[in-house]
Amino acid sequence: MKSLNLLTFFLFLSIVTFAQEKLPNVVLKDIDGNAVNLSEIKNDGKPYVINFWATWCAPCKRELNTISDLYEDWQKETGVKIYAISIDDQRTVDKVKPYVSAQGWEYEVLLDTNGDLKRALGVNNVPFTFLVDGKGNIVWKHNNYNPGDENELFEKIKKLAE
Amino acid sequence: MKLLNLIIWAVCIATAQFSFAQFENLQLGTVTGNIESTYQFYRPDSNINAQVPPEKGAMNSFANVNYRNSFFKAGVRFESYLPVLLGYPQRFQGSGIGYRYAGFSGKNLEVTVGNFYDQFGSGMVFRSFEERALGLDNAMDGVHLKYRPYKGIELTGLVGKQRFEFDSKLVNGPGIVRGVNGEVDFRSLFPKLDSIGLQISAGGSFVSKFQRDQNTLLILPENVAAYSGRAKIGYKDFYISGEYVVKENDPSDNNGYIYKNGHGILLNAGYSRKGFGVLLQAKSIDNMSFRSDRGATLTDLQINFLPALTKTHTYNLAATLYPYATIPTGEIAYQADIMYTIPKGTKIGGKYGTKINVNFSTAYDVNRRSILYDSLLRGYTATPFGMSDSLFFRDFNIEISRKFNKKLLVNLVYYNQAFNASANIVAQTLGYIYTNIAVVDVTYKLSKKHSLRGELQGLWTKQDKGDWATLVLEYTISPHWTFGIIDQWNYGNDVSAQRVHYLLGSVSYINGSTRFMLNVGKQRAGIFCVGGICRQVPASNGFTFSFTHSF
Repeated sequence: MKSLNLLTFFLFLSIVTFAQEKLPNVVLKDIDGNAVNLSEIKNDGKPYVINFWATWCAPCKRELNTISDLYEDWQKETGVKIYAISIDDQRTVDKVKPYVSAQGWEYEVLLDTNGDLKRALGVNNVPFTFLVDGKGNIVWKHNNYNPGDENELFEKIKKLAE
Repeated sequence: MKLLNLIIWAVCIATAQFSFAQFENLQLGTVTGNIESTYQFYRPDSNINAQVPPEKGAMNSFANVNYRNSFFKAGVRFESYLPVLLGYPQRFQGSGIGYRYAGFSGKNLEVTVGNFYDQFGSGMVFRSFEERALGLDNAMDGVHLKYRPYKGIELTGLVGKQRFEFDSKLVNGPGIVRGVNGEVDFRSLFPKLDSIGLQISAGGSFVSKFQRDQNTLLILPENVAAYSGRAKIGYKDFYISGEYVVKENDPSDNNGYIYKNGHGILLNAGYSRKGFGVLLQAKSIDNMSFRSDRGATLTDLQINFLPALTKTHTYNLAATLYPYATIPTGEIAYQADIMYTIPKGTKIGGKYGTKINVNFSTAYDVNRRSILYDSLLRGYTATPFGMSDSLFFRDFNIEISRKFNKKLLVNLVYYNQAFNASANIVAQTLGYIYTNIAVVDVTYKLSKKHSLRGELQGLWTKQDKGDWATLVLEYTISPHWTFGIIDQWNYGNDVSAQRVHYLLGSVSYINGSTRFMLNVGKQRAGIFCVGGICRQVPASNGFTFSFTHSF
């Protein structure tokens, strides 16, 4: 009886753990001051990317600048949308908007100045990328950036968009 | 045992009903978190003054586990220092729980009991945060409430003690911190503003700390209040914003037990359009060290955060030898940052455009006028933005970045800095250190997955340890492998025996959200910074192995 109980328990526990991970109920401001609740983000059923970066992080900027040159093609092909989440704190957060404008990025840029989203998603260092499917489930995570990593990300996006 | 069975069945039935009820949207909650472990083995090296703890090796480990569903959240952080790595606060020891919270998280209301982090405005009146890589954590421990009664209005209230140290468990400081904050975004309340391109927001905070007075000589205020007001006005591509903070008299170790009020002013003005951005900042700070223990020093038990108005540099000679940190007892600082992209397809801009960033920042001491008959122990008088001719820091730098083709990316940076080593004690000398720094950073993509990156850096100065050169070579194979070598060479040191090569090799393997990293070699004593906050790290020789995983 005891083992049956435990078995049942673990069976249900497995349902719990296999529940797909979604974005948390965290409200961040975009660079124009609009409040955005991450759990309410939708991209018309198309996949989207959550990318954590900072103005003081060289590999982050390398990654987002590389993707920026490809973004138009990516969007045409898959309809993907990229949310660039800046973890800049008060010392550098005011530089985010002029930096983003000067780079000509077309991403949705949100400010996680207090680290709420970073903590809620278990991010330990930047750059950190989450790929989210059209239903809002987190399907892939990647830490760090090496040149060429953007190809792997795009392959995953294409698979989701099919 | 029967009780346990009953609980198990109850949980299962409840779970089952819950899952069937929401079959389409099976939301029983998610578990997220991360694990991080760093082991460092130390070898003696008297030439670089490397220290070796009696244990020879040291290890810091962390595991964050968060649970949340649509309305409930809870989490813990396990920490372990066996013993603590050199360069971290050496009072951290043992293993246990260093952070835990539970709470309700609804659409408009969030309640947290236990540990939490938050920030009011620019943080000059209140900010609790964690910078784990620096061993910095002033997490609040108490109750936190955030309420959004109407779109565009946010109210926060909090009470708690602050994390001070870790001794197999969380240890808080003696004082109590209480605060309320309100923010209004007028554009959300009056959508008409948005249609004419106007953005107006405002906010205000009140923060107070309590600590018992046990001083036998002075009568100290047990309750100290600080308040701030802030506003931001934007019109199309322009914006200006500002915050003013007043801290009432707060005699402490930091200010030499004077009964003077403190102030902080931060002003920003910005303009940005596609391809161009500019930011101007001004700051005046006087007597703004605000801690929940008046005897605390360094980075301990800080209630507020005083941002340094300087660019956060990323290349190591510029970032780690003479980095500037705000002087909390007082400074006047200015910064200008201009970013421009020469458009792509033009003759000068090239196929992908050329990016230019010019940055200038400077900080001066406050002009303090002495008081003739200072019977109230005010110490001195000072006016906002009244600065003396004592320079703390000056930095002019220009960065040019150009992608020549799909394979070649070049980044050039030049810095000219004056650093007052008597104000920020990080060097072996006092007085001014004048430096010129140049960096050439070249990334070349060999194939779709293989790339090579090289950095050559030079720092030239007649003061302190003289000239330095740094060479970095990094070979990466996407998406898993990185091989790197970094050599920092103090070739211009006056003492020929100290013209040392600090050679460090590293290998890292990444798979998804898991990373393994091994470093072998010498690390020089210096300032290690994350996002502009720094700690001093002693010289070491040996190896470091680290593992991080996120789930």
